[in-house]
Amino acid sequence: MATIELNIYNLVNFQSIPPDWPGGFWWHWLFFTVVIIGFVLTMVMGVIYIERRGMARMQSRLGPNRTGPFGLLQPVADAIKVLLKENIVPDAADKLIHWLAPVVAFAPALMIFAVVPFGNGVLLADLNVGILYVVAISSVSTVGIFMAGWGSSNKYSLLGAMRNVAAVVSYEIPLVLAIVGVVLISGSLSLNQMVVAQDVPFILLQPLGFLLFFAAGCAEINRSPFDLMEADSEIVAGFHTEYSGMKFAMFYLVEYAEAVAISAIIATLFLGGWRGPILPPWLWFVVKVIIVFFAMVWTRTTLPRIRIDQLMAFAWKFLFPMSLFNLFITALQVLAGWPTELVWAMIIVNFAVMAILVLVWSKLFFKLGRGRIEV
Amino acid sequence: MAVRTEPFVLNMGPVHPSTHGVFRMRVTLDGEVVVDIEPIFGYLHRGIEKLAEQRTYTGIIPLTDRLDYISSMSNNFAYCLAVEKLAGIKVPERAEYIRVIIAELQRVAALLIAVGAFLNDCGAFFTPFLYMFRERERIVDLFEMVSGQRLTYNYMRVGGVSQDLPDEFMPALRKFMNMMPRFMAEYDRLLVQNEILIARAKGVGILTGEQAINCSASGPVLRASGVKWDIRKADPYSIYDRFDFAIPTQTTGDCYDRYRQRVEETRQSLHIIRQAMEQIPSGPVRAELPQLIRPPAGEAYAHIEAPKGELGFYLVSDNSIAPYRCHIRPPSLINLTALRDMVRGWKIADLIIIFGSIDITVGEIDR
Repeated sequence: MATIELNIYNLVNFQSIPPDWPGGFWWHWLFFTVVIIGFVLTMVMGVIYIERRGMARMQSRLGPNRTGPFGLLQPVADAIKVLLKENIVPDAADKLIHWLAPVVAFAPALMIFAVVPFGNGVLLADLNVGILYVVAISSVSTVGIFMAGWGSSNKYSLLGAMRNVAAVVSYEIPLVLAIVGVVLISGSLSLNQMVVAQDVPFILLQPLGFLLFFAAGCAEINRSPFDLMEADSEIVAGFHTEYSGMKFAMFYLVEYAEAVAISAIIATLFLGGWRGPILPPWLWFVVKVIIVFFAMVWTRTTLPRIRIDQLMAFAWKFLFPMSLFNLFITALQVLAGWPTELVWAMIIVNFAVMAILVLVWSKLFFKLGRGRIEV
Repeated sequence: MAVRTEPFVLNMGPVHPSTHGVFRMRVTLDGEVVVDIEPIFGYLHRGIEKLAEQRTYTGIIPLTDRLDYISSMSNNFAYCLAVEKLAGIKVPERAEYIRVIIAELQRVAALLIAVGAFLNDCGAFFTPFLYMFRERERIVDLFEMVSGQRLTYNYMRVGGVSQDLPDEFMPALRKFMNMMPRFMAEYDRLLVQNEILIARAKGVGILTGEQAINCSASGPVLRASGVKWDIRKADPYSIYDRFDFAIPTQTTGDCYDRYRQRVEETRQSLHIIRQAMEQIPSGPVRAELPQLIRPPAGEAYAHIEAPKGELGFYLVSDNSIAPYRCHIRPPSLINLTALRDMVRGWKIADLIIIFGSIDITVGEIDR
């Protein structure tokens, strides 16, 4: 596009509707809406099963193994259970906000998938500002979570919600800065174009960016060790303490849908998305999402939780400067016009840079007092 | 810019994931910072001290199981010592050794739970807890062999133990003792250098030695603050004077030190068990006693080094078959009195781990 016209038509103007889709725009839209909802819900059930079984294995337990073959139907049983449960709303709750919060929190998790490619050009909307859209939309969940915390008029909920807002506001910055590195290399904001540009997975070209994105992403979606918004040993269940029945299920769904979403973004940005030999593209995509999610399960079972001030310090004193460095170095490499045939050299250089930066800065981080900041 | 804030009261418990039972704290918070706390307990009160006045001396032993239900054997031990002191009963050699082995195994089991629960409070999602349970399970299996029970053992008796060790006990114990050092090394590898654990626990909730003495803290909480006081050495009971073991201490008295202290004590316990396994003689395991014990009128206080600290039983006899008064000194309750000084000024997350690092059992606090 030669000129940038800022109107709404341009934003939803698909650059590449696959020509072989039957029907036009509306069929495309309908098909993908159904596919995305189906995909997300199936994936959520899948990852819940993977998490429970994987965690059980790591903790020398068995995990769910009674419902269906290998306990595969456990998520279904859970879903039926929460559907049948009574919906309890506290007397002092702000009824409207309490009711609306799960919906507000859940919608963005689904909407992220609108721009995530399942194959070359196989996506709902190939926005030319795709990644910007992801960043913007994913922050909306925070509003839902804060609504839940405020609306339940419970002190634990409010504490959890406050922690969540503080964390998300801080972690957005390193998250976005880590993305910028990828954007610089691929030269596009469209997620599909980014995947097309990944002849070498960007995890090799942007190792530091990947680490930063993974850490900040975990914090953004409340995965351990940054799960202190729903720290069960401290503030019971955080923002969803007062939710029961299907509304609780919605928050449970949000938690895992966001985890799938962030895994999908990581897979797309850093692991080459749908690209891969032999297997069909969508299967590659699913496999990569599950690998990323498994890494999250792994950290969850391994690490204790950090404290709120340490969380903030980690964002501002560690991730933020590191992401600036990463951006600076990537920008230099792009500006200097790194020759394409020397990609392997870039991989080595970037890994070395990552190792040195992380080591030096973590030493400094300790000197700075490891999270002793006044909040 | 200074934002004007207002403290608010958060009612933590009695039902809360990390209050280790039914314990309640009224926490005054300024944002995330703890301004003040007020512990409230009594939710698990069963009147054990009063119940004891209507029971025979042997019949009280099952009651003591329900005190600190994580270390029932230690409770049995302390109570039996008190009755033996009151009635002047001599315990056979073999029984003494069995008691020491069992009590030290119980200490290992209880400290494993303490460490696991502490790490759980730190937010490690049940992994350390379940790892610790894996080893505790082996100890519980050993206890099941000797007593037939898995939680409330009711094994020790006045004048000895209820029955001799079964034949399969010693080989199983030897197997366990061979495995344990490997597990201890595994925990150390996973936890000692863990950055997040250090960041969370080091320097948090410091209890100075002086403070610890002033609130009569005992056990690992006291020793982590650098005070070398262990009843097994300071006032040796049973046959502890025959064993060679050290009293590990730490220096600062923060949560990390209390965690390290428990791990070190586990090592010493294993050391004692190893010596006892070599020295154990054969012979009777129970003194010849009448069915109903009638100690002469008088009073006696016996205390042992339980996993959580000094566990004491004070018995008054009026020469009947039941004690006139039975008072229990629970280490959890006394150690808990240090909590308020330790948590003020820290955050909620710290409150939880400081509370966890004291390691209480509500069954013992409320009796």
